[in-house]
Amino acid sequence: MAVLDIRDLSVSYATPRGPLKALRNASMTISEKKITGIVGESGCGKSTLISSIIRLMAPNAKVGSGEVRFKGENLLARSENEMRALRGTEISMVFQDPMQTHNPVLTVGRQMIDIQYRDKLSKAEKRKRAAEMLALVGIPDPEARLNQYPFEFSGGMRQRIAIAMALMAKPSLLIADEPTTALDATLEVQIIKRLRELQDEIGCSILFISHHLGVIAELCDEVVVMYAGEVVESGTVRDVFHNPAHPYTRALLECDPGHIKVRTRNLPTIPGNIPDLVSLPSGCIFAERCDKRHEACEKRPAMGTAGPGHHAACHLIAERETA
Amino acid sequence: MSALLEIRDVFVRFKLRGGVFSSAGTIDAVSGVSLDIEEGKTYGIVGESGSGKTTLARAVAGLHHASEGSILYRGQELVDLPEAEFRKLRREIVMMFQDPIGSLSPRLTIKSLITEPFRIQGMSDRDLEAEAKRLLTMVGLPPEFAARYPYQISGGQARRVGVARALALDPKLLIADEPTAGLDVSIQGEMLNLLARLQDELGLAIMIITHNLNVVRHITDKVGIMYLGKLVEEGPTEEVFARPQHPYTLALLAANPEPDPDAQLMRVELQGEPPSILRRPTGCEFHTRCPFVQLRCSTEVPAWTVVHEGAHRCHFPEIWIKEEALTS
Repeated sequence: MAVLDIRDLSVSYATPRGPLKALRNASMTISEKKITGIVGESGCGKSTLISSIIRLMAPNAKVGSGEVRFKGENLLARSENEMRALRGTEISMVFQDPMQTHNPVLTVGRQMIDIQYRDKLSKAEKRKRAAEMLALVGIPDPEARLNQYPFEFSGGMRQRIAIAMALMAKPSLLIADEPTTALDATLEVQIIKRLRELQDEIGCSILFISHHLGVIAELCDEVVVMYAGEVVESGTVRDVFHNPAHPYTRALLECDPGHIKVRTRNLPTIPGNIPDLVSLPSGCIFAERCDKRHEACEKRPAMGTAGPGHHAACHLIAERETA
Repeated sequence: MSALLEIRDVFVRFKLRGGVFSSAGTIDAVSGVSLDIEEGKTYGIVGESGSGKTTLARAVAGLHHASEGSILYRGQELVDLPEAEFRKLRREIVMMFQDPIGSLSPRLTIKSLITEPFRIQGMSDRDLEAEAKRLLTMVGLPPEFAARYPYQISGGQARRVGVARALALDPKLLIADEPTAGLDVSIQGEMLNLLARLQDELGLAIMIITHNLNVVRHITDKVGIMYLGKLVEEGPTEEVFARPQHPYTLALLAANPEPDPDAQLMRVELQGEPPSILRRPTGCEFHTRCPFVQLRCSTEVPAWTVVHEGAHRCHFPEIWIKEEALTS
């Protein structure tokens, strides 16, 4: 059963040069009680994707086509008020920069009480719940910490508080946008571990956005690989990381220095740059940088099946089958 | 062989402004670091936020004043060197800053940016056009880039411009602060390959500051791991990766998960967060987070112990290595 089902979603931004097609015909499924990772480099459309799910879009953004089905209902058809009721209760979000997500002039306790405005509980009960949430994300002495201001917490602590706040209403879907990028590696490990435990405990689905392949491999059940505004591959983490079906996924994995055990002076790279999203190439979006490029690549590939639950948009899959 | 750069017991101390309720004090952002960088070799300094790695680099570049200790460059003392003297040395010791776009003035063309060092050093008699072309080619950018402005280039290209500018005057020592931070995985290798190639071709010594162990693995000869302003371990890169002596090094290595869902993770999870350098822990400063902590660690300061070609600051390197063998 899917919590979130994105079908054929296209989003563009109006720019002076013409529409910038940031997301094109993207489809993906976020299964219930699973952690799905989205991995991709700058400009792959992952931020556009999230902002269209929760509809916090830039004023110049325009949804061209598609559906965002959350528990079977198309969110794109919802009014702004209906979306508002959904955010923070059914879908909540943890942002990248823990230093800027909290109000600096209110205590953490006040902020955590404030966001429970929908619940008909006494203030003391709300405070108690806030303390419980802080304890859940591993903040020692939560009662006393509620009286402190955000600046009195370190970056890792603030990100935990952000997670506690996001999970307060026990949402069905938590969207985490590079939640560990601004943190040190040893703290990243702690946050990842905590997210896993919380997901087990609360039973929510997590959509986890990262450019760090190692973190995705460790945390996620399923993974979606994006490149220049398109979904190029999706499947279980094991399938995608062990048998990448798209040349981009394979190249990306090869580039990860964590992958290279033997010391080398010549690290693999993906030559070239991502295409201009205003004037797109007509064929496969990755063709220009692909080492497996051939004639068929002048046409845009359809999503092919590389195995059960494993899909990739590459001509090689169909060609392998017919060969 | 004598080293190109000899850093001895360097402290960089900052004064704290006293608040209404607190008295002014000082903090040691760098607290007694000694290391050598040999000519034509690469030294990686690895540490997390607040470990003092950038402060140390800036002290070497003469951008911070070392309060104590000595920094010898080819035998010449850099600490307390008058600025006018230091300026001459900046032909030989150059720094590449962290933020690639932010470190380039948006109003200057790439050509002006990369030939600025010639003007600063009073060498404008050079053919700047030709120099710009030479430098751009050296870092793998097309010569047409000379006419562009920083906003017209990508982050990865801005890094290359940063390298070109740093290498304009044919330096002996390049200090690179987080040369790959903010770069996508697919192009971060390009930057590291470029640095490795330039080192081979120009015989540069490079001091690389990074928080990412994966970055130093392939291009450094030696690494030093910093924690709270001190080196906790140092050694030949291969050695440190194969047999880390300090548990903090091990934790950093373990914190770099491989992109393999079935990888056998030897997880060394640290407790809590790095302590504040305002209140340094007693004994071994790492003991508050060390998963292998013993009684002695909280009271007795571990000495800098030299083992083979490396050195570390841990009371019980052998104990935790045994524990690790038991659990894995």
